Amino acid sequence: MTRRWLALLLLLPAPLAAQDRPLDEGIRIGISYNPGVRPTLLVLPQAGLDSARAIVARDLDFSDRFEVVSVPAGTAPAGPAVNYRQYRVYGAQYGVDVIRGAAPGAARVRLHDLAQGKVVNEQEAPLPDPTAPGFRMAVHRLSDEVVRWVTGTPGYAASRLAFIGSDGRLWRVDADGAALAAVTAAGERILSPAWAPDGQRVAYTRFRDGAGAVLVHDLASGRRTTVPGTATGLAFAAAWSPDGRTLAFARADEDGGTDLHRADVAAGCCERRLTVGRFADNLSPTFAPDGRRLAFVSTRAGPPQIYAMSADGTDQELLAPFNFGADGPSNGPEWSPDGASVAFHREIDRAPQIFLLDVAARRNRQLTSAGRNEDPTWAPDGRHLAFVSDRSGQRQLWIVDIETGRVRQVRTPGAVRLPAWSRRLAAGTP
Amino acid sequence: MRRLTLLLAALVAAGACSQNPPETAPAPAPAPVDSAAIRAREDSIRAAQARAEAERRAREEEERLRREAEAARAQLTADLAAMVHFDYDQSAIRAEDQAILDRKAAILAANTAVRMRISGHADDRGSDEYNLALGNRRAAAVKRYLAGRGITEARMDIVSFGEERPLDAGQNEAAWAQNRRAEFELTAGGADLRAPN
Repeated sequence: MTRRWLALLLLLPAPLAAQDRPLDEGIRIGISYNPGVRPTLLVLPQAGLDSARAIVARDLDFSDRFEVVSVPAGTAPAGPAVNYRQYRVYGAQYGVDVIRGAAPGAARVRLHDLAQGKVVNEQEAPLPDPTAPGFRMAVHRLSDEVVRWVTGTPGYAASRLAFIGSDGRLWRVDADGAALAAVTAAGERILSPAWAPDGQRVAYTRFRDGAGAVLVHDLASGRRTTVPGTATGLAFAAAWSPDGRTLAFARADEDGGTDLHRADVAAGCCERRLTVGRFADNLSPTFAPDGRRLAFVSTRAGPPQIYAMSADGTDQELLAPFNFGADGPSNGPEWSPDGASVAFHREIDRAPQIFLLDVAARRNRQLTSAGRNEDPTWAPDGRHLAFVSDRSGQRQLWIVDIETGRVRQVRTPGAVRLPAWSRRLAAGTP
Repeated sequence: MRRLTLLLAALVAAGACSQNPPETAPAPAPAPVDSAAIRAREDSIRAAQARAEAERRAREEEERLRREAEAARAQLTADLAAMVHFDYDQSAIRAEDQAILDRKAAILAANTAVRMRISGHADDRGSDEYNLALGNRRAAAVKRYLAGRGITEARMDIVSFGEERPLDAGQNEAAWAQNRRAEFELTAGGADLRAPN
């Protein structure tokens, strides 16, 4: 009887996985992947901390590193002791739970080896009240620790996506799709957001009547500073150097060209030009994680394609190969956190699709094919990409795991564009 | 009906009675007919009528000229504001739009105080950031064309709206074609435009 009941439970879809989709038709996977490799992980029942547990369960599922099974709360006694025998029937390798910590106001996340019946790793961290602003990010950081214990690299749950809403404002949302909030005031038209590496500032273009200044917006204080060299004219597509000191950006010139510039944001000075396009445009820069190279878009061969250069503007070269006259325009490059690839979009039959360039091998891999898919941005784990897709009928944020091809939608009211993914956000991020 | 007729007849009778003069003074003898005076009076009336007619004609003519001048000015303003359009992902001036720009160049040459802002726009296909660069290139192409027709570059500013200000939000060829454009806005000297010779 008990066994049959448990088997039934296993057949039921976990409630938190309700947004899951199987491999999407519009996603191509270029490497072989055996889903069986993913360890099964049980989210153990517990008393209390229900909202934290729900967030952890979803974060671990969205990490795409586990087959996550959620055991309904209340099927086991609460407390620090775990009756491992009870969970062996699931055949899961790992169990995870979130219990109250030893310190007041702290939570403890534990990773259990269910077969061996022991705690593999655990961490205690201050956990604000669920209604307090820092609560969700504190839980996300616990989730990311669990991923690190199992895979060696942390998850990406403690990060946020910034994007432009249909109202022209800058919005942000947690990587799990919750805690949507406006960053800028109504009435302004914002373009091209870019998170500073410290996660505490966002640079963007405030577009007004054909002109655009690049502003650095301090998220905690709301204070904004204008980047040197952008107060007049149209500057856009700002990108941070990995050390957070420099911004590269495009600037439209009086002669009709658009060229790349850089300015020292930390010192508030020293704007200088990196490219001299003459009859070509150079725009949409992105730094390699070592800060020494920049990938960018150039029209020097006609249609826009992806090029690279040293951070001082020298050593310019074609980066993403294309067949002249056959391959469509390429735009929106973003260098991956591990430096190994550059994501961009290229038009196929006039519809943009997400591509990955293997930087070492100089080979492109097409990742999407259904609908219009554009403006990819990397998760801090270097394994997930967010992009804008109209596959659901309206331009929405979608996240793809480039290892498995699994996709999910980040639902937002209204159409969105120009997403930018933050790096890992610090503890105490409200 | 009959009663109404009777009532009307009574009213008419009463009215006729009340119109009788209360006293019967002798009617003045008719003045001797002074035909010259009559002619003079008639002439003066005719002259006054002619004067009024001439004034009216003059006013109408003035009004017509004013309206024509206004329409001509409005046409000049409209010619300066007339948009030009572009092919997909192109910034070259189309042959059929050259006449629009040539007309602008002629008006600008006749009105040297006029300054103009040229804004380039793109349809919403292609990357949002690329479209800002494309809009700038389109505005610059127009500016270069006008400069080639003798207009001082300093009289023309360019800006780009990229795909941020579509005229038609539709997702079809007709809407996209409308949105790939350059717009013109007078920033100085727009009053009292003179027609080119």
